[in-house]
Amino acid sequence: MNVVDLGAATVRELNAALHAAEDGTWRVLNSRGAHALAVGLNAPVRVEIAGHAGYYCAGMNQLATVMIEGNAGTGLAENMMSGLVRVKGNASQSAGATAHGGLLVIDGDASARCGISMKGIDIVVKGSVGHLSAFMGQAGNLVVCGDAGDALGDSIYEARLFVRGKVASLGADCVEKEMRPEHLAWLAETLEKAEADAQPEEFRRYGSARNLYQFKIDHASSY
Amino acid sequence: MCGIVGLFLKNADYEQELGRLFAPMLETMCGRGPDSAGFAVYNESAPDGAIKVSLQHPDMTYDWAVLVAALESRFGAPVAFSQNSTHALLAVPADEAALRFALAELAPEVTTMSVGRRIQIMKETGTPQEVVARFGVREMTGTHAIGHTRMATESAVSTAGSHPFSTGMDLCLVHNGSLSNHNRLRMNLRREGIEFRTENDTEVAAGYLTWRLRQGLGLQQALEAGLKDLDGFYTFAVGTAEGFAVLRDPIACKPAVMAETDDYVAMASEYRSLAGLPGIESARLWEPEPGVVYSWSHA
Repeated sequence: MNVVDLGAATVRELNAALHAAEDGTWRVLNSRGAHALAVGLNAPVRVEIAGHAGYYCAGMNQLATVMIEGNAGTGLAENMMSGLVRVKGNASQSAGATAHGGLLVIDGDASARCGISMKGIDIVVKGSVGHLSAFMGQAGNLVVCGDAGDALGDSIYEARLFVRGKVASLGADCVEKEMRPEHLAWLAETLEKAEADAQPEEFRRYGSARNLYQFKIDHASSY
Repeated sequence: MCGIVGLFLKNADYEQELGRLFAPMLETMCGRGPDSAGFAVYNESAPDGAIKVSLQHPDMTYDWAVLVAALESRFGAPVAFSQNSTHALLAVPADEAALRFALAELAPEVTTMSVGRRIQIMKETGTPQEVVARFGVREMTGTHAIGHTRMATESAVSTAGSHPFSTGMDLCLVHNGSLSNHNRLRMNLRREGIEFRTENDTEVAAGYLTWRLRQGLGLQQALEAGLKDLDGFYTFAVGTAEGFAVLRDPIACKPAVMAETDDYVAMASEYRSLAGLPGIESARLWEPEPGVVYSWSHA
């Protein structure tokens, strides 16, 4: 176990050490909401942040496991490619933004724009998400065990959304869809992976009505 | 981008330490706003019949005694006076209108930063660290304080364009964001008798609140009305003689995080600014919901 105390070391030193590592566990003390913790990792290391993280924690993550024991600021796991990021507390805005892969688990709530422009990541939020979550979501899955705020899935492409609680409102071109056996099976597996205490049957599925982003040949003469 | 912070004490035991707790909150927001910084601190009331005024002149050698003597002769009573860097803090036995009129006549070269029973605003260009050191913020006492670190977007980097903005007795406002309908709103508010000294968008929001409070609304109701009338991006922290409030616009692009313990309520653009507060490890932490007014009061 490697211990880095950010009361003494800088964030740059921490990230440089993590970039040089090929494996092992790192425990980060005195994070105090610092930005850009454990960003750009590209090896199966495990990082435990013993406090709150600031902006862009675990951004661009590949292969690594990053556990945050407090809350996380804006842009948690933004553009993640693979690996696992989990926050025990709440996540601020734009968690999992533009991320291509991996699993992001938020034990608390996520605020606005969770999964904005998501491109393949799986996100499991055990609490609720704020407004405009999965805005322009292209691929991947957003699972919300609590409620979703206004304009869920606005201008969505092919991301899949599963919500257990209430949806304040659906965004443009986002509709409720039939929950098929393959969705229930995927949910069962993912909820277990995320250690979420919920049953697949309790969720409703939402996705794109495909009216907004599909080119309609009938309208070709309008352009 | 700008940084805003606020600290409202619930436990009077901390009042002697307001500046010591507040200064690092402001300094930590340097990354969000290195151009200028300012703060409002609410401390003991002016003596009965008097009001406090915070004045600024860029020349450190400006002869404040001349203005003080002129005010004493105008109002026929002693004027308490202390200088703090480019600012002078006076307690003048007058009402707000008479005082503002006298200042405009006697010292048009001086800028009035705040007028009120308890408020004192100080602000200057420079980093938050420079501003904190310049005014000795760590030694300040009081019940609550709000502050701002500015990265200028809407108007020039100047003392006048720095926050907080105050347009009425004891009210001030700091703002992270930008308003898009401030020109028309300023025009309308001028017609209602609100005075503006800059072209800054945030001053319009402060003027709007002054106008609403004059109509008899409480701070909570005034801010709720603002949700309809103010167009743009904003996280506001607002101070009044007894109160403190926070509001984010309904889209909530601009960040805010709050902490509450039995001893205080604190808000900041980022958690980093709250990290040094006593008992933060066990504080209730949350992000203010979009379009919801949060307010506290000693009254």
